[in-house]
Amino acid sequence: MRDIEAKTVTEAVKKLCIDACYYLNDEILDAFRKCKEKEESPVAVDILSQLEENARISREGQFPLCQDTGFAVLFVELGSDVVIKGGTLPEAINEGVRQGYTEGFLRKSIVSDPLERKNTGDNTPAVIHLNIVPGDKLKITILPKGGGSENMSEVRMLKPADGAKGVIDFVLERVSKAGPNPCPPIVVGVGIGGTFETAAFIAKKALLRPLGSRNPKPHLAAIEKELIERINQMGIGPQGFGGRCTALAVHVEAYPCHIASLPAAVNIECHSHRHKEVVL
Amino acid sequence: MAEVKLSAPLTDKDVESLNIGDKVLISGSILVGRDSAHKRLIDLLDAGKPLPVDLKGQLIYYAGPSPARPGNPVGSAGPTTSGRMDPYAPRLLALGLKGMIGKGSRSAEVIEACKKYKAVYLAAVGGAAALIAKSIKKAEVVAYPELGPEALRRMDVENFPAIVVNDTKGNDLYVEGRAKYQK
Repeated sequence: MRDIEAKTVTEAVKKLCIDACYYLNDEILDAFRKCKEKEESPVAVDILSQLEENARISREGQFPLCQDTGFAVLFVELGSDVVIKGGTLPEAINEGVRQGYTEGFLRKSIVSDPLERKNTGDNTPAVIHLNIVPGDKLKITILPKGGGSENMSEVRMLKPADGAKGVIDFVLERVSKAGPNPCPPIVVGVGIGGTFETAAFIAKKALLRPLGSRNPKPHLAAIEKELIERINQMGIGPQGFGGRCTALAVHVEAYPCHIASLPAAVNIECHSHRHKEVVL
Repeated sequence: MAEVKLSAPLTDKDVESLNIGDKVLISGSILVGRDSAHKRLIDLLDAGKPLPVDLKGQLIYYAGPSPARPGNPVGSAGPTTSGRMDPYAPRLLALGLKGMIGKGSRSAEVIEACKKYKAVYLAAVGGAAALIAKSIKKAEVVAYPELGPEALRRMDVENFPAIVVNDTKGNDLYVEGRAKYQK
């Protein structure tokens, strides 16, 4: 067994919150550059340049990339040989979020009740997805999720007869309806299969894959390829002002499902695609 | 595509001269408010009570900034999705509000109200919040401080960048821009 102190977890989560919200990953900056080369609209090129400049300003450490520093969504892989000492894992993570959002001057965007809507003041609670894995490591990944793009997401229970075409039509409909709202160029996470909540979960998890990577299963990779091409033919463009670059990537994930079901989920992510991970 | 310097508050003449796709640089004083502040303003109107601010000629920016670091007037301050303010906007436009700044599509009712009351809807670049913060010189809470990021604020801005999405003639840049590049 290996001991990890709760306060070590808290420190790590605090740093993840701040780093994710100030330092845009290179994969996104590379994608902006590629978009600019392909883009036919001068307005769109100007927008992409502004997003590059925004990332540069944010990196100086005074202003986060986006004022919506999101719901702190954490994916945690806890090795079965790890023991957390001096506190519980959820408490340690939430304390890290509390400290990160306060000390990092990040916006507190969480209300304690969806109907009463009183701000909790410290951006807790986090959403924590815990998975127990073999080994003696603790891997924590943060995906601060903005409200604007999350609101454009959807789960739909398709019929098995709808098949791949049904999934593709659903994703295209969702992205088309979202239009300018989720801050394109977007990243599209698609989850197919499992149960109602599995589909949504794997759609979100799909966002964490290396940007533009293909699913190793050829039939899923083919769906990704068709979706990115057709989404970028929609004309929505950066910020929805028209252009070629509506999505930076489409990632599809699948899970076994019931003989009666074909759940599908689309989780839309804005261009401020912030995620960081650490292994303790 | 013209580049237009706008001085806020706005006049009817200012807004009537704008066309979709125009790039504007706004300087002057603007209001900042989003979901909860709008709900409170509408609740006051429903109760027949006066508003905490005079809306005549004003531009309202749909935003909830991140906290300011010491020495900065504001934190990051990009636009939020405007559609959530659609149910409230026409009543505020009827009271003389001349413009709204946000991101994302507006309802048919808001676009119609822009025509009827001579007002415009402008989009700031969503997610360019650090860049936009550089154009904000001063920020103060004018009402509802208990709402935190959702408080009603007033900001002094210099060359705040935006694009005209809905003008006073009923045009929509999101519809026309997309149609131009659709395959």
